[in-house]
Amino acid sequence: MENVTQEIGKALQDKFGDAIVSQSLIVDFPTFVVKKEKILDIMKFLFDFELYKFQFLTSLCGVHFPDNVKEEEYSVVYQLHDLVRNQRIRLKVFTSESHIQVPSVTSLFSTANWLERETFDFFGIQFTGHPNLVKILNMEDQPYFPMRKQYPLEDGTREDKDDSKFGR
Amino acid sequence: MNTTDLEKKRAEIEKQGYSILNLGPTHPATHGIFQNILTMDGDIIIDAVPTVGYIHRAFEKLAERRAYYQITTITDRMNYCSSPINNFGWHMTMEKLLGIEVPKRAQYLRVILMELARIADHLICNSVIGVDTGALSGFLYVFQEREKVYEIYEEICGARLTTNLGRIGGLERDFPKKAWDKIHAFIESLPKALDEFETLLSRNRIFMDRTIGAGPISAERALNYGFTGPNLRAAGVDYDVRVATPYSSYEDFDFQIPVGVNGDTYDRFMVRQEEMHQSLSIIKQAIAKLPEGPIHADVPEIYLPPKEEVYNNMEALIYQFKIVMGESNVPAGEVYHSVEGGNGELGFYLISDGGRTPFRLSLRRPCFIYYQAYTEMIKGAMLSDAILTLSSLNVIAGELDA
Repeated sequence: MENVTQEIGKALQDKFGDAIVSQSLIVDFPTFVVKKEKILDIMKFLFDFELYKFQFLTSLCGVHFPDNVKEEEYSVVYQLHDLVRNQRIRLKVFTSESHIQVPSVTSLFSTANWLERETFDFFGIQFTGHPNLVKILNMEDQPYFPMRKQYPLEDGTREDKDDSKFGR
Repeated sequence: MNTTDLEKKRAEIEKQGYSILNLGPTHPATHGIFQNILTMDGDIIIDAVPTVGYIHRAFEKLAERRAYYQITTITDRMNYCSSPINNFGWHMTMEKLLGIEVPKRAQYLRVILMELARIADHLICNSVIGVDTGALSGFLYVFQEREKVYEIYEEICGARLTTNLGRIGGLERDFPKKAWDKIHAFIESLPKALDEFETLLSRNRIFMDRTIGAGPISAERALNYGFTGPNLRAAGVDYDVRVATPYSSYEDFDFQIPVGVNGDTYDRFMVRQEEMHQSLSIIKQAIAKLPEGPIHADVPEIYLPPKEEVYNNMEALIYQFKIVMGESNVPAGEVYHSVEGGNGELGFYLISDGGRTPFRLSLRRPCFIYYQAYTEMIKGAMLSDAILTLSSLNVIAGELDA
């Protein structure tokens, strides 16, 4: 698995240079942190990559890291799969509150349509180029993005429960 | 969309001579809470706008506030037709993060339960396709078999639907004798029931006319839409997580992956039907090869000690408290684990920061991913075919909305 990471990493480095921020092998997943501006180009490149054809988008999700440095508070994680050679990889992009736009990959994967809507719904990440970026599971006029870490699970106005000792 | 926009859209559609039909959210033919606003030209569907989220329960947010062992109950409520698969999928994710190797016996017992769950799941889906074509009796025949599966769960864990079965590190108890008796009786009776069911439907002229060519999807589109499971295999792609990345000793068993050709309702029906036979064969193999040994890994920090030890042994008491209060040490890390659920690849992407709860748990719910293809699949079809397509996709509301 280590050499697969190196192999794909080298091809990406050759093609995209410093758009590839870092590469590592996390458990069984070659993981690449890439610049968000290039994510669609990188996915297109991997789609027709000569060694592995990553033509299946397994999952796409957002993550909020409130303690990260200012520019990298939000992350979008893409997991791709080459079904023929049975190889999976993970791509990550980081973005910030002030520049929350990430290019949409719906033009390449129809799967991404609802997954990006879900990520927008819960994290407020704006996918540029998405055909219909509206909330999907929550109400459309809900003014906040509930999966962000600043929103507690419990209703903040309740006084009858003290669960500061439970959970985060 | 706000009301004025909706009114404008409605006027626009009606000007073109089409009518609008609101299918759902609660409609007897949709088996769950799905709303589709259909634009109809007579009986032909021109466009559909699906609305999801009616039973959204914020599982991903809930999971961020729960100790790891408490998340099992959340997974029950996703695909409630095959909850043991969800439970074990979550346990295996945790075992991957913690680096626990589960003993062979527990793995085999898990396989037996997971395949029973798959049979129960497919039985519901296929019999409901029959109901939607107007054949109610097949549904009643196989529901007896599903009841037997639920009785087996009941013998093993006490619950029927939301099973909360097993624990991180293994199973909570070995199967009692009564459960084995019921499993053996089930293995005996299921083939007969399936044969009976297949005689009723699979070569039935009316059923074939209704289902062949209804709601087809090509392999290419299915892959682009992220289809997995029986729906993808019906389109002709032989991807099965049990074979591609074996977990829980699936590599020890010999089974076939049935594939279809056209990806239509009939193919999905036949693929599920054959998968039940294959599941039955896996169960038989697992029983024949079942090794002796412990049913859980030796991980006192994670796995609850037996009650009598808690009362008589200081160390066990400490572990009991630590586990129940959710204070077990979990390393920081990031894992993805997927299992072949009833409807496809059920994935758990877990980020842990070493705290008592997950930092982020993202659930790859196969239903949510493939339901977005529904609009494309029913365009140009008749309303009655749209109902059939929905039931043959086996969209489970609990998994769709999470």
